[in-house]
Amino acid sequence: MRISKIRMKKGHREAVNGIIFTLPFTLGFTFLFLRPFVQAIIFSFHNLQIGSHGYSLDFAGFGNYVNALFVQPEFVRTWVETTAQMLLNVPLILAFSFFSAVMLNQPFRGRTAARVLYFLPVILASGIVLQLEQDNYFIESLRSMEETEQGFISLQTLGVFLMRLRLPAGLLEFIMAAVQRAPVIIRSSGVQILVFLAGLQSIPPSLYEAADVEGGTAWENFWMITLPMLSPLILTNIVYTIVDSLVDPQNELVQLIRKSAFGSAGYGVSTAMSVLYFIGTFAILLIAIAIVSKWVFYHE
Amino acid sequence: MSETSARAAFSRVRRLLTARNLIAAGFALGRLGVLIGVAYTILFPLLAKVSSSFMAEVDIFDKTVNWIPKHFTLNNYRNAIKYMNYPQAFLNSLGLTLGLSLLQLASCSVVGYGLARFFFRGREILFGAVIFTLVVPPQMIMIPLYLNFRYFDFFGLAKSLELNLLGTYWPLVLMGTTAMGVKNGLFVYIMRQYFRGMPRDLEEAAYIDGAGAFRAFFSVMLPGAMPALIVVFLFAFVWQWNDYFFVNIFAGSRELLPNALAELAGRYSRDLSIAGSEYVPRAHRSLLNNAGSLLLIAPLVILYIALQRYFIESVERTGLVG
Repeated sequence: MRISKIRMKKGHREAVNGIIFTLPFTLGFTFLFLRPFVQAIIFSFHNLQIGSHGYSLDFAGFGNYVNALFVQPEFVRTWVETTAQMLLNVPLILAFSFFSAVMLNQPFRGRTAARVLYFLPVILASGIVLQLEQDNYFIESLRSMEETEQGFISLQTLGVFLMRLRLPAGLLEFIMAAVQRAPVIIRSSGVQILVFLAGLQSIPPSLYEAADVEGGTAWENFWMITLPMLSPLILTNIVYTIVDSLVDPQNELVQLIRKSAFGSAGYGVSTAMSVLYFIGTFAILLIAIAIVSKWVFYHE
Repeated sequence: MSETSARAAFSRVRRLLTARNLIAAGFALGRLGVLIGVAYTILFPLLAKVSSSFMAEVDIFDKTVNWIPKHFTLNNYRNAIKYMNYPQAFLNSLGLTLGLSLLQLASCSVVGYGLARFFFRGREILFGAVIFTLVVPPQMIMIPLYLNFRYFDFFGLAKSLELNLLGTYWPLVLMGTTAMGVKNGLFVYIMRQYFRGMPRDLEEAAYIDGAGAFRAFFSVMLPGAMPALIVVFLFAFVWQWNDYFFVNIFAGSRELLPNALAELAGRYSRDLSIAGSEYVPRAHRSLLNNAGSLLLIAPLVILYIALQRYFIESVERTGLVG
């Protein structure tokens, strides 16, 4: 009886400590996240007017949603486009970062320099710099010159080459799209490569040694050890990539939502747009998790 | 040349041309190709910025100028420094970024430890909340948050009070203290994973010595978690330095580097229009913006090259993966 009392006391103290340690987050989450989150949903059903003394709300029902979906000319189109781009980018970013991590994990001369290079975009991803880049006269003109005259493989040459190979039209389109978005893919893969690299380091070497004894080839090792051991991280990276596309300053829909807030559409419509965008992305996230977690392999 | 020596040479070549060597050589070549391609894509915009930042406006329209400016000039930098108010904005940004990233480091490590080591009711829900903050786009809560700080009434607790916190650092400080800053959910996650991977013996020894949970945390766990703390601090610093979204909304009137860069072209042309000429062409503006952008990212690049070991190697060892 005495022991259980002590244990209870210990458990109680542990709970109190846990609550104290997590208190900063609990406060921040409640007041700086959950409250504005609920307010955002409320705002989306109202017309918001900001006066000199606080703001006022007029109930508008689903008016803002109807406005966003059927009146705003660009919203649905941009939404579909942004989502389609994200769905195309996620597998490309995943494949690129996976193979980059495998490559950067091998010993070779200049590996440190290669790693420094691969993660440079993470450092350079400054919101305002990227925003200005879209309006960059010089880089644009250089780029168009590279594509038409001097680039080592121009897109057209590649297209003609692939046509000669008689690839199916769908695959051809996918390859062309992938090549075209190479800069975006490479730029947004930094953190994912880091996660995969960390995973590669945590695979116990004994697995490879055992495979060596059994006579496994490098090819077999890759499919039977490396890929399954990294599969939980594939899930992590899918989630990270989808989430990251939400906060990308070059995300067109995000720009549109922001523009609408301060433009003629107004706060209410803008908030309705962001609620719709959030619901859509959240649904995609859940579907992706459901599909991928089926074949994720857990070592323990 | 006798037949035997030819045969010897042939067999030596054959020995070198084994399947294994061929595959290895192929891999090395492929790797080199990929690396060159990646280097090209990553460095191209950067180098284009560097080269154009030294150009005079005529060079942009000169078809014979590709990379090396014909009219080398430091005017873009001179103007960028002048109109960004660079020394002042740099110091302000440095102070704010250092302060906020230290605050975020403190709050995220404390919360991560609480989630990793103590069992209490609702812990799993709280951890779910951490992940949830990462999944919701900040744009969604931007307007309510803006209004909360514009008419700050302690979140509805003191209705009569309506402080305008915009233009002060308070919103950013409040968010940093409560683990709500830029990507702070990720930092809480990293710290939790790291603390979970640390052996319990350390704390238990401290408890036996009579230390409480806080003493144990500060004297044993924090020093042991150095690699994770460094990673979180570096990322917090970099992302805070680069952040324009929150800084612009809450402290847009402050002389900080991202704000100054955003306004650079506008301030410049306003000054020119007073002097008589009214319009700054797009090409000229982009030269100015390139110089300004480089001035903004230069400190980070220097930091990154000096500390690249910590950025890359310690992330591998922090158990980001857990």
